[in-house]
Formats: sequence, C-alpha cells, structure tokens
Amino acid sequence: MTAYTATVTVRLKNGVLDPEAETTQQALERLGFELDGLRSADRFEIDLDADTPDAAADRADEMAERLLANPTIHDYEVTVAAADR
Amino acid sequence: MTVAILRFGGSNCDRDARAALDHLDVDAEIVWHEDGLPDDVEGVVVPGGFSYGDYLRAGAMAARSPVMAEVREAAESGVPVLGICNGAQIGSESGLTPGAFTTNRSARFQCEHVHLRVENAETPFTQAFKEGDVISLPIAHGEGRFEIADDTLATLRSEDRVLFRYCDADGNVTDAANPNGSKDNVAGVLGEQESVAVLMPHPERATLSGVAGPNGAGTDGADVLAAFE
Repeated sequence: MTAYTATVTVRLKNGVLDPEAETTQQALERLGFELDGLRSADRFEIDLDADTPDAAADRADEMAERLLANPTIHDYEVTVAAADR
Repeated sequence: MTVAILRFGGSNCDRDARAALDHLDVDAEIVWHEDGLPDDVEGVVVPGGFSYGDYLRAGAMAARSPVMAEVREAAESGVPVLGICNGAQIGSESGLTPGAFTTNRSARFQCEHVHLRVENAETPFTQAFKEGDVISLPIAHGEGRFEIADDTLATLRSEDRVLFRYCDADGNVTDAANPNGSKDNVAGVLGEQESVAVLMPHPERATLSGVAGPNGAGTDGADVLAAFE
C-alpha cells in the first residue's frame, strides 16, 4: 500500500447558472479589476492508501459519484499524486 | 395515520409541520433521524431547515443518512412522502425525486409569498385542486432554483410529474413570476410515485388561518397537507 492524495475538483456543468461566481466577479470589478469571466469550483484533497494510483483514483471517483458531486449540476475530475505526508 | 416528521440536526420547520398537521387532526410525531421510522408509519414529512448547516450542498448530508433509505422503502410501498424546502433539497439529493435545487438566481435568501399553478391535480397533495388552479404559499430559501437536464425535464413533463410551477396571480407562468430562476418555473415535482413529492414553498406555514397576518399566506397549505388526512 502506498500513501496517495487524490484531488477531486467539482465544478458546475457548462451552462448552469452560477450566481455566486457572478456576484464574486461583480465584487472584483467594484474593486477596480478588469476581468472577462470567473468560474468557481470546489476542491477536495483526500489522503488515502491504495495499491496503485489507479486504485486510489477509482476510490476517489466513487466518492465524487456518491457524495462530493451532484451529477445533475456538476462535472468533476480526479487527479492522484503520491502523498506529501 | 401516524405521520413521521423527520428531524435532523438543523431542521427548523419540524414543529411548524407538527402544528399544521395537529390543526388538521392528523396524528403526527417528530422523529429524530437516528431513531428511524416508526413501524406503523403511514406518512413522512421531511421538513425545512438547514440540516447539517447546508454543508457541501443544501440537503447533501441528510440525504445520505440511514433513515433516508427507510424513507425510500416506505415511499416505494406507497406511503405518502412530502419534502418541504430543505426537505425538498434532501429529497432530490437522495434521489427520491429528480433534478436539483441550487443557488437562487438572485444569489440572495428570499422570503416572500408566491403564486403556484397546480400542474397535476391527480395526486394526494393536490386532490383539493383542479389543474390550472392558482394557490398562494410562502417561500423562504437561498437554494431553491430547480435545475434539471432538458431531456429529463421533457420526460418529467410527459409523465405529468411537475406538481407546481411559479406563476402570477392570474396563473400566467412568466419569468417575472419566477422568484429564483427555476428551470421552467418548476416549484415542486413528483417522484416515481405520485404519493412522493417535494416542493420549495411551505404549505405548513399557510395552514392555520391568521398565522401570516391579514395579508399573509392564507390556508392553501392545508389543502396540500390534506394528503396525510
């Protein structure tokens, strides 16, 4: 078993309205910044032991499917790296 | 009939639901989620509130609690199940009903009275109404915008599983009458059985006359909760 950190990034699907991101963009513009767009995402860093990186990714993928993301509105991606711990 | 009103940490409309059902002479009890559903349960209300502090997403945590598996079983056996507000978010997160409720178009928490058009009058929750009737209920939510894939919505509509849509006082379903940006103005939907429904507006807050004042909510909610009589 090897220690890995799986990073799950959950973001709204293209086309799903993101009022929080719009509000954040407006606040940045009020501060004088120029920007053309802003998207927000949730990032989860999961420490776990697994035999292979693929096995770690599979487990993190199932976590995303069952809880971390809502498939109606979200897309997600999983990356795995050797743990820095 | 014993109706279980589920209480999670952060539920805050459980006592309102109890008071409304008491008013209708419906035998109801508040059930702590860890205690599970009573054996003789003949109805389930998943009430509003902020279960688990809306962590991750509104309703996401409560939807994965063991009691919701019991609720799903009860629903499949024909027991009426109604999710209200946070209960609607829990219902959709748990897969009892399709779609998702997410951040209002305004990005604000909204408390107001809304009009709803009855889209399906052949359910226990709408038996007092005719299709096209306009009722008034209060809303109080920050994450009530109904989202669903276009093809899934088309299927829902073809199966007559849209229960209520936001409309104006005359029953016109318009963007101006849509308080939160819900797709197709959907305010409430049915599960696979017509005895399973979720909605963002609060029928329990429009059941006892006078609760919301002379210009308040009226008592249309009593007709929705009559499903449990």
